[in-house]
Amino acid sequence: MENTITQIVYLISAVLFVSGIKKLSSPATARSGNARASLAMLLAIVVTLLNNEILDWTTVLAAVVAGAAIGGVLARYIQMTAMPQLVAVFNGFGGGASAAVAAAEFVRAGGSGPSLATDVGITIVLSTLIGAVTFSGSLIAFGKLQGIVTGKPVTFPLQKTFNALLFLLVLVAGASLAHMGVANSVAPLVGMGGLEISGPFFLALVAGALVLGVLLVIPIGGADMPVVVSLLNSYSGIAAATTGFVLNNYILIIAGSLVGAAGLILTQLMCKAMNRSLGNVAFGAFGTEGQTAKVKTGQRPVRDVDAEQAAMVLAYAGSVAVVPGYGLAVAQAQHELKKVCDLLEDRGVTVRFGVHPVAGRMPGHMNVLLAEADVSYDKLLDLDDINAEFDTTDVVLIVGANDVVNPAARDPDSVIAGMPILDVDRARSVIVMKRSLSPGFAGIDNDLFYMDNTLMFFGDAKDQMSELVREVREA
Amino acid sequence: MGELLILLYIFVLATLAGREVISKVPPTLHTPLMSGANAISGIAIIGALVVTGSAHAPWVKVLGVAGIVMATINVVGGFMVTDRMLQMFRKR
Repeated sequence: MENTITQIVYLISAVLFVSGIKKLSSPATARSGNARASLAMLLAIVVTLLNNEILDWTTVLAAVVAGAAIGGVLARYIQMTAMPQLVAVFNGFGGGASAAVAAAEFVRAGGSGPSLATDVGITIVLSTLIGAVTFSGSLIAFGKLQGIVTGKPVTFPLQKTFNALLFLLVLVAGASLAHMGVANSVAPLVGMGGLEISGPFFLALVAGALVLGVLLVIPIGGADMPVVVSLLNSYSGIAAATTGFVLNNYILIIAGSLVGAAGLILTQLMCKAMNRSLGNVAFGAFGTEGQTAKVKTGQRPVRDVDAEQAAMVLAYAGSVAVVPGYGLAVAQAQHELKKVCDLLEDRGVTVRFGVHPVAGRMPGHMNVLLAEADVSYDKLLDLDDINAEFDTTDVVLIVGANDVVNPAARDPDSVIAGMPILDVDRARSVIVMKRSLSPGFAGIDNDLFYMDNTLMFFGDAKDQMSELVREVREA
Repeated sequence: MGELLILLYIFVLATLAGREVISKVPPTLHTPLMSGANAISGIAIIGALVVTGSAHAPWVKVLGVAGIVMATINVVGGFMVTDRMLQMFRKR
């Protein structure tokens, strides 16, 4: 009967997880949706603890308290700009936990004697493999985002061939394991005697998977991290789901596949926003940070303005659309930007924000940074909504964005042909706040800078924004 | 084979349900969606608790405890940081 109670509570949890995520469809209900999902998790944990025979409460509770303390401190003190790194680390731990559980099942099956059925062997192998790849891959992604590992793609000769061979080896190790079953055979691990074959095979599987995770992420450049973080997010869910197959546990499968779906959808959206295929991101070694292509920029005349002139244009506009790019976050200028917008609104100017999906280091990152700066969420418009507004917008203020406003995307011969962009050139005038005319990640010049209705406002985003605050106040 | 097939049914249907609800999340909330989903992937904690709770062999226990610690970091940290982000999304 206890088992029935557990299953019913798991079912309630599953419903709460799905309905909790559903509430994330609006910023107004999102917070309660997250609370609902945490309640679902709590219910599942409590019923698991109560209805399973826990032999060693001290160890279990100590582990929970330690994990909760570490997670809580990280969550409380992390800077919002560092959110992609944090999500990468959490992803890694999720994958690591799934792999650890699968490995524990493997050892236990070996220790207790009877051989495992092949299907259980397969699920253990898969769960360990996906979990371990997620773990090491996420740690490399964290290192890249944090600047510990180089943001440049790391490549070596025959990399794809090597990766493919390694993957094949891991699969062979896994298949042999699943075939052998895990009969009484993990002697090297548990020291209990028996066949000494599959223990080393298992260790080879784990080691191979860990190396594979590293090799899959190091050739990917810093600018492509939104795709990688999304994909690893998906893996961590799939790892949890496969662990559910190992343990015959429905709630693990349901929650895991929800996360797997979320990660896949975000991965697709990011690829679309960057106009790239997943294969191109994974193998293209493209997203080079600060790529210095041989582009001749600044050969044509531009109209540059100082803070006073820019302030005049903004202050006497009827409507302003702000297009923030990652440069804004790097300069930590979002709070100054908010001040400028407040001053403009006090003067009766309509201000809105147009946020491109890849304006940041993970999906939706820029929206979080603007929300942190107290920008009301109903002023944050996504690509399609803001594009419908540019025709009737007086001034567009672009801060630290480049490729996502490059009209070359409409030219079928351009390298960024077809990339979804913000059609800022349709507004009456455009102010571009930028350090120089240097190209963005795509490494191409931006025609927008040379258009008649474009004003270039050169300088560091934070300094220039502070200037702008003063000038708009006086305008 | 029966049991495995049921698990597969659940996996496929849950993935489809996930696709439906998640595709309705607006781009504004994609970061909280990701960190919230992340916290949910810490569901592996259930597996870690079951495994550790019934562990006799030392290695099983070591792996189980490692699983609990990692999954709890994921769960607690993930939900907390998502809440921290979502409370900043206000309408004025």
